[in-house]
This record gives sequence, structure tokens and C-alpha cells, in this order.
Amino acid sequence: MVYRLAVIDVERCVGCELCMFACSRRFGEGGLAKSAIAVRSIGGVERGFIVIVCRACSDPPCAKVCIVNALMIRKGGGVVLNQYKCIGCGRCIDACPVKAVFWNSEINKPNICVHCGYCAKYCPHEVLKLEKVV
Amino acid sequence: MFKSPLTGNLGESYAGGRSATAIRMAGYGAIVIRGSSETPIYLAVHGDKVYFRDASGIWGMRSSYTVGRIIRELEPGAGFRTIMRIGKAGEQLVSYACVITETYRHFGRLGLGAVFGSKKLKALVISGKHSIKVPDSRVYREVYDKIFDLAIKSPLMKKYHDLGTAYNVTPLNELKALPSLNLKQTSLEEAVNISGETLAENYLGRRVACIHCPVACIHLASLREPYEREPYFYKTTMVSYDYEPLYALGSMLGVTNTIGWLKLMDEVEVQGLDAISVGVVLAWATEAYEKGLITDRETMDIKLKWGDYNAYIEAVRRIVAQPNEFYASLARGVEYAASKYGWLDFALSFGGNEMPGYHTGLATYITYLTGSRHSHLDSAGYSLDEKNIKAGRRQAPNEMAEALFKEESWRQILSSLVVCLFARGIYTSSTVIESLKAAGFSSKFELTEESLARVGVEILKYKYMFKIREGFNYKNLRIPKRILETPTPLGLLNEEEIRETINIFFKFLR
Repeated sequence: MVYRLAVIDVERCVGCELCMFACSRRFGEGGLAKSAIAVRSIGGVERGFIVIVCRACSDPPCAKVCIVNALMIRKGGGVVLNQYKCIGCGRCIDACPVKAVFWNSEINKPNICVHCGYCAKYCPHEVLKLEKVV
Repeated sequence: MFKSPLTGNLGESYAGGRSATAIRMAGYGAIVIRGSSETPIYLAVHGDKVYFRDASGIWGMRSSYTVGRIIRELEPGAGFRTIMRIGKAGEQLVSYACVITETYRHFGRLGLGAVFGSKKLKALVISGKHSIKVPDSRVYREVYDKIFDLAIKSPLMKKYHDLGTAYNVTPLNELKALPSLNLKQTSLEEAVNISGETLAENYLGRRVACIHCPVACIHLASLREPYEREPYFYKTTMVSYDYEPLYALGSMLGVTNTIGWLKLMDEVEVQGLDAISVGVVLAWATEAYEKGLITDRETMDIKLKWGDYNAYIEAVRRIVAQPNEFYASLARGVEYAASKYGWLDFALSFGGNEMPGYHTGLATYITYLTGSRHSHLDSAGYSLDEKNIKAGRRQAPNEMAEALFKEESWRQILSSLVVCLFARGIYTSSTVIESLKAAGFSSKFELTEESLARVGVEILKYKYMFKIREGFNYKNLRIPKRILETPTPLGLLNEEEIRETINIFFKFLR
């Protein structure tokens, strides 16, 4: 079975950012360095929040611009990063129209969502969900 | 931590939002700001880089909201940064000016905003995305999950997610412990209009969380106002509401018109004032005006009257602008104003700090008087009073003093760890120890319940050493007569009992 992380109701988001911390915790550390999800306000918290996650594109633009083929097409959409091939050029960041490629400045490599759904488990307000992709 | 321009003594203030996390994520444990600038600046700390930015173009701006909007566009780190800023009140050195963070949270008490203003520091932006290594990832995740579950399942989660802290208006009003009209009364018939229920049903527009907290207690009311001269043209303002401002700008001033309260609250935000202090200051001024002790000459023709929110909005602006001696005195707090104009008997401040919204009994006043910040959150006497009310008992002074001392000592640990005090039930000493171990502190500190308790007492003693150095003496604490005249749910208070309990409290500090 293949899954995809989806934002099902962004209006319910309260900006707690538990998802962002969960994403880095998945790697067994605290902080935000490895997070592949972001929450920010729409120009002030009074207007609500934007939750940025990888859409799991079937024809991902990030992979198209990777000159070392470090981003491999994932079954069901999105990409898988091969850290050993990645040279940290950052072209993938510019290529993603929803800005869902994040940057780990500690190792100079992108953070790519693997659609594991760990973040959704910590969303208490039903904003995120791991969906089945056919 | 700072020296309070309001009390001339220990200043300490806490806020929600993202500040604490942003400092840690930027790679720091604390940020110390020394000295002052000649020209207005704002500071931006992004990871290991510190920028001094010219703020002369945003100095003197009418609204603190606008300052936030401008800096938001200028600086990186959207989503995980903190933007602490001051309004005009801070620039004008109003002794109880606050520092606003993330638009709707505040370092409210004791005048940190004036400290920023005196440094010509308009704002402090901090961001970072560091990783935090832990000794054992499995243990770290287990402890995290345990705390997460406790938070999600705690009854507080529902109470504060649903209605927010405004929840407390109704029970305190029913208990007759809601200070009203400068504490001439302890309840108001129309308090329902400023209750959590009324606000949630009719005005709640959005809930927001502080970073890394599932509760989302921050409640924003949506205030939709028509323009008088243009049909079908509206402006919608989001106004944050909480229990303490509902008390101070609501019941204390008799402002029970919901829209009126929201407008007054909004003006206090625009100017960047501590809502509790400015409410108590205006309550004193209203009573003095009512009694004819101050006149139109002092108020410059503003007719201060209970419930008249338009008069209060104008008075708030003048407290900041300080066009005459009277408003300049109000800008220095109720203790100062009443010392100058007289009528200290109904000037409701303790240790120089304006009173919070609980007239629950003896314990709450012992907290205001003995607490190192003279804040209700120092040792939460109101909570002890509520327990005593439920049990239907009057607690003996020694037992009460000991309980409050223990509570304030323990809160030194919670505050040092920047634990939100709403979550104090979750962060018991065993959970704190477990968390510190998971975060890798067991090799650096002795982590036992006894050692934590001891450190808590030590921190409190250090704070009091500072207070005493700066001239604090508990024997000189002023007890306003008004609190002795208005019955609490536990009956009338008497000064002797208050003094006795204070004396016992300070014996524990020796």
C-alpha cells in the first residue's frame, strides 16, 4: 500500500507546530533541523495558517532539476532522496512551486517528505492525514 | 528578568507565543541585552548572526500592530521566529508598558516595554532551526509521547481549548470573587456579557496555539464594525481576549458592553500597555473622579464613568501621550498616582504592582504581597482559596504560608524550564526529572525530587536577596483598606491575619 500525506482541513490549524517537531523527532532528535513540513501564518496569525507539505506529485519538478539524480521518483508520487548522491546545490528548492522542499543547513542537504505520516499522529486538530494512494 | 520601572524592584515577565522556543532553536539558552542605543534600533538574531537594524522609520508609529506587520515583511524565519516589539507606551516609558510577541501574547507585567523603550529597542526578532541531540532517541520519544498523551487527555485541554481563560469569568462572578468597580463589588449582574461563553458563541473568530502546545488557548474575537458614513462598508478586527483583561478592562471598570470591551482592549493593544495595570489605574481614577477628588481639570474634560468605554479609550491614549501632570502620574502606576493625589485606601496595588483579578480570600492576597513579582502566578493563592472555599474552611496562617512558600519555590523550577503554568499539573517533579534525563541533563545536574525542591528554594532566595538589596522590606508592604472592606467568599479579611501570615512566610526565606 502506498500513502501520501495530505492537509485535509487547514482552517482547523492552530499553529502549534507539533507536526514540525514530530518530523525532526522521527530521526531521534529534538529541534527543527530535519523537518520536511512547515506551518506559518498567512501574514499574521489572525488570518490563519498555511501548512506546507509535499504534494507527492506524480511528475515532480524537483526531480527534473536534480543534476545528479539524487531525487528518485517515488512509487505513488513524490521523490526519495539519495543523500550520498546529493551535492547540496539547492535547485530542488527553487523548482518546487509549493515550497515543500526544506533545507537542513546543518548538513546542507534538502529535507524531503517521505510520507510516513508520523506528523499526522501528533496533529490534535485533524489538519493532517495520511491518505491511501490507490 | 529586568529591573521593573513600575515597582523599582525585581522585574520578571513571561509570555506565550514562540519566544522561548525561538531562542533555543537559534542556539541559545538566554539572550542578555546590555546598555542602550542612541537612536531607535531593532535587533534581529538569526541563528549565530546578530543584526542591529535602524528602527528610526518605525519609531513613533501609532499602532503596535503595524510595527509587527512591517517587521514581518522585513525579516526571515516565518513560522518559527518570534517578533517581540513595543508600542508607543514603551517608547513613552509608561511604567507598565508591555512587550508584545506574536501579536497576541505579552510580556505583560512590570513594565518590560518601558525597559525596551529606554534602550531605544523597538523590537527583538529571533529565529533558528537548530537540531537538539539527545542521548537516547528511544527514551526521548517515549517521554515525549507520555507528556503528549497527558496534555491531550488533560481536562485543561478541553476547558482552555473551548473557552480559553475567559472561562473563569462566570465561576468567579458566581462565587462573588470577581473584582468589580475598583473592588467596591465582587460581581456584576451584566458580567455574562464579558463571559467566555458569550464571547465564544458570538465573537470567537479563531483559536491560536503557542508553539509546541496542543491546547490552543489563545482566543481571538472577530469584531465587525460598520463605517458610519458608508453603507455596507465594514472593518473586521481580531481582538485577543483572556480572563485578566476581561477583569481589568471589564468588571473592574464596569465595561460589560461586549463590543465596548473589545474596542477598549484593542486600543490597549495598539498602545502596548499591560491590560491589568491600566485597568486598575483607570478604576482608581474613576472612583477618585466619582468622589470629586479629581476633577475635569486633571482629566482634561474626560468624564470618567463606570462602563463608559469611549471615555476609557480616550484616557488610555492620554496615559500614553501624557499631556499633563495627571496623566503622566497615571502612567507611573496607581501607587505613584495615589501617593501624589491621595486616596491610597482604594489604590489597588501590592508591592507597587496593580492587582490581578481574584478577590477569593486571604491566600490570594498573601500571594500578591509575598510573591517575588507580586503576581497572582507567583504562588497562586487564588487556587488555594478556591480549594478552601470548596472545603468550607478557613486555613490557619502557618499552614497557608507554608503551602504558598512551597508552591512559589516549585514554580521557580517550572519557570526556569519555561513550562507554561497551565501545564503545571502535567509537569510534576517526577515528569520534570524524566524529561531532563531524556534531554541529557543527568550527567550535569543531580536530578532528584529533593535536589529540585532545594534548587527552587535557592532561586527564590536569590530573587529576594535582589529585592532586599533594592530596598524591599516586607514590613513596609502596604495593604489597601479597600480589600478589608469588601467581603471575600471566605468572609471579611483582617489586617492582623494578613500581617501574621506574611511574617510566617518570610520566616521560610531565612
